[in-house]
Amino acid sequence: MSLELKYPTSTPREFTLSVLTEDKSGLLNQLTIIFTKRKININSLNVSNTEVKGVSRFTIVTETSKDMIDNIVKQIRKLIDVLGAFVYEEHQIFYQEIALYKVPKYAIVDGNSIEDLVSKSGARILVVETDYMIIEKTGNSRETHDLYQKLEPFGLLEFIRSGRVAISKSTRKTEAYIKELEASNSNKLSIKDF
Amino acid sequence: MNTSTLAVEKKITKKTTRIKGSDAVLQCLIAEGVTTIFGYPGGAIMPIYDALYHYQDKLNHILTRHEQGAVHAAQGMARVTGKAGVCFATSGPGATNLITGIADAQIDSTPLVCITGQVPSHLLGTDAFQETDVMGISMPVTKWNYQVTRAEEIPYAIARAFYIANTGRPGPVLIDITKDAQFAEFDFTYDKCEKIRSYHPYPEALPLDLEAAANLINEAKKPYILVGQGVQLSGAENELIRFAEKTGIPMAATLMGLSGIPTSHPLYVGYLGMHGNYGPNIKTNECDVLIAIGMRFDDRVTGDLDRYAKQAKVIHIEIDPSEIDKNVKTTVAINSDAKQALLGLLPLVNVSTHKDWIDEFHQCDKIEHDKVIDAELYPDSGEIKMAEVINRISEVTNGDAIVVTDVGQHQMVANRYYKFRKSLSCITSGGLGTMGFALPAAMGAKVGQPERTVITVIGDGGFQMTIQELGTIRQSDLAVKILILNNNFLGMVRQWQQLFFEKRYSFTELDNPDFQMITRGYGIKAQKVEKRENLDQAIHDWLHSEGPALLEVVVEQEGNVFPMVPSGASVAEIRLD
Ligand SMILES: Cc1ncc(C[n+]2csc(CCOP(=O)(O)OP(=O)(O)O)c2C)c(N)n1
Ligand SMILES: [Mg+2]
Repeated sequence: MSLELKYPTSTPREFTLSVLTEDKSGLLNQLTIIFTKRKININSLNVSNTEVKGVSRFTIVTETSKDMIDNIVKQIRKLIDVLGAFVYEEHQIFYQEIALYKVPKYAIVDGNSIEDLVSKSGARILVVETDYMIIEKTGNSRETHDLYQKLEPFGLLEFIRSGRVAISKSTRKTEAYIKELEASNSNKLSIKDF
Repeated sequence: MNTSTLAVEKKITKKTTRIKGSDAVLQCLIAEGVTTIFGYPGGAIMPIYDALYHYQDKLNHILTRHEQGAVHAAQGMARVTGKAGVCFATSGPGATNLITGIADAQIDSTPLVCITGQVPSHLLGTDAFQETDVMGISMPVTKWNYQVTRAEEIPYAIARAFYIANTGRPGPVLIDITKDAQFAEFDFTYDKCEKIRSYHPYPEALPLDLEAAANLINEAKKPYILVGQGVQLSGAENELIRFAEKTGIPMAATLMGLSGIPTSHPLYVGYLGMHGNYGPNIKTNECDVLIAIGMRFDDRVTGDLDRYAKQAKVIHIEIDPSEIDKNVKTTVAINSDAKQALLGLLPLVNVSTHKDWIDEFHQCDKIEHDKVIDAELYPDSGEIKMAEVINRISEVTNGDAIVVTDVGQHQMVANRYYKFRKSLSCITSGGLGTMGFALPAAMGAKVGQPERTVITVIGDGGFQMTIQELGTIRQSDLAVKILILNNNFLGMVRQWQQLFFEKRYSFTELDNPDFQMITRGYGIKAQKVEKRENLDQAIHDWLHSEGPALLEVVVEQEGNVFPMVPSGASVAEIRLD
């Protein structure tokens, strides 16, 4: 409730969507159509299987208004093979992204070696090749971006970051949720909110 | 698989028969109660057409002249029967020709099962002859779609297709079947789909919501019911009348909601939206409780949303949760089928009357009569007006016909002035506004309700978009009564050019062919009326003739449809001239 007061429903902000689906082809397309139809960008997307057999989870990060995300999540729930769709804001989830940085091996800037920087940033060196090494950092986008800025002076060769994976702070169990969904002969779509 | 394991399997599973995929498609359709298919053959669907040859006693296939005709016909049939319409098309151009109708069905919640042929599975993705990604193209405009590449998937896909198309908020589904799957043999057995765990089509109205709504209704001084197509889709016509009569609340209908309540019902106050009636529009911004039933607050109904019903508490009865709070924020939302919601509300609402409030509508009606309607219905000189033609037809048919309208001025006029008496009788392309819809949709309506008079009202522009379906009407002997209101213009666009683009008639004038000669060329009776004194006789002859017949009425060229809520204006700013 307090959130609603802080932000008008039309101001854009970041949302993380977590979508449980049957493991069927074409779903990615169906999901992205909902965004493109409204000219909304997807900032990151991750698909993975879940602890329940045959059920996949899409994690989608987007920046839009509260009104729009409510509309989008309802459209997503409407897709026949979607089991549930949930919207989260930052404080409701634990999330991580993984970033890989390729840097020249012997670079030193202002007396600091890459190794120093890596150990101070909670990152780690993944591999060391003849001319370059690859650094891995897991964290949120602020943290991975921070390291990016620090590594830039060393002549960053390549940078890549994964989509977000997020786990909600609720104690919901995916399996229990799906069981309840299956059992609901009463056809309450609202269960997709649970 | 060796024969001994097969024998064991047969013992434990349901009885199966070994048939081809193409036969299975037809057997599935028969099992779903399908009687008629509209379609057009081609390479990728030939195995199914070959099978159809042997099923002519069980399945009536109507060969249209264009796939768009097939899909609109299936829509027309679905709209008058309430059951999924079925159409067939081949891959590539056949499939893409269906898309307009599928999009139309999606936005107007019409159940359809469209079956398309596809190139053999080993050629998928090779840009083979007549290969199109119909899955990708149809995805945004279907409720569900599925590609079958193995014959074994056919019963599953078709069972799901009918279940999804027909239940909840209805809509179109598409099944794309590769040619090899049509040829392949498999052990066929059919079970109807009764449940999909991720799909819950019938949410139940919650007692708390019903009570909250009833409280608002019981306390309201100026309550107002807006009736959408959901009332007819859920078969809630009687419940709605009982509800309105008990509470004494006036009702107006959206374009898609027309014919859900008889036009003559004392509590029916008229038609909503851009070219709707005066009172129903302005009173939206004066009521205190707005009860929207099975409608989606389309912009053609609401005008400027920021100035729409802001003073009112809004109760929204709607089966599709994604429509709730989408355009208009609700005070109470009842997420269920219209019939279930009304049955739930009936015992909770008080008996009431709202005489003064309803009188306000009647006063508006009088203003509209004085300023618009009387001159439209009873002109004593000048060229024939669209409205008087519709009014005469309404009188002669006693409001009992199914009226299928195309898109444009004639559509608005027909739906303003036809006095519907029966449900599922106003068939029009509402959400998409598809010119060319009416002629083929009327064919489907006639097949679906052969005993009823089916009249289709079409403009001279839209007629030429699907005019080739006259061939289907002749070949299949569909007794559709076709009315062409010929103003030699793309009239609706011309009206906007006159009102909002300083009369710059940019490409809206039509140099039309001789519709009489064309229609007769197709072997269909045709007559043309240019003078008012010949109108009555012509209408009589047209309606009483055997079989299909066309009546062309030459109407006022630059007539305008009023009232009008200009786009972007508020419903309160409706113009009477
Ligand atoms: C397929 C399609 N193309 C364009 C339009 C835009 N449009 C809406 S009404 C109209 C004019 C229709 O002219 P006609 O069929 O003669 O009907 P009238 O308005 O003259 O009664 C046009 C072009 C449309 N609705 N559908
Ligand atoms: Mg015209």
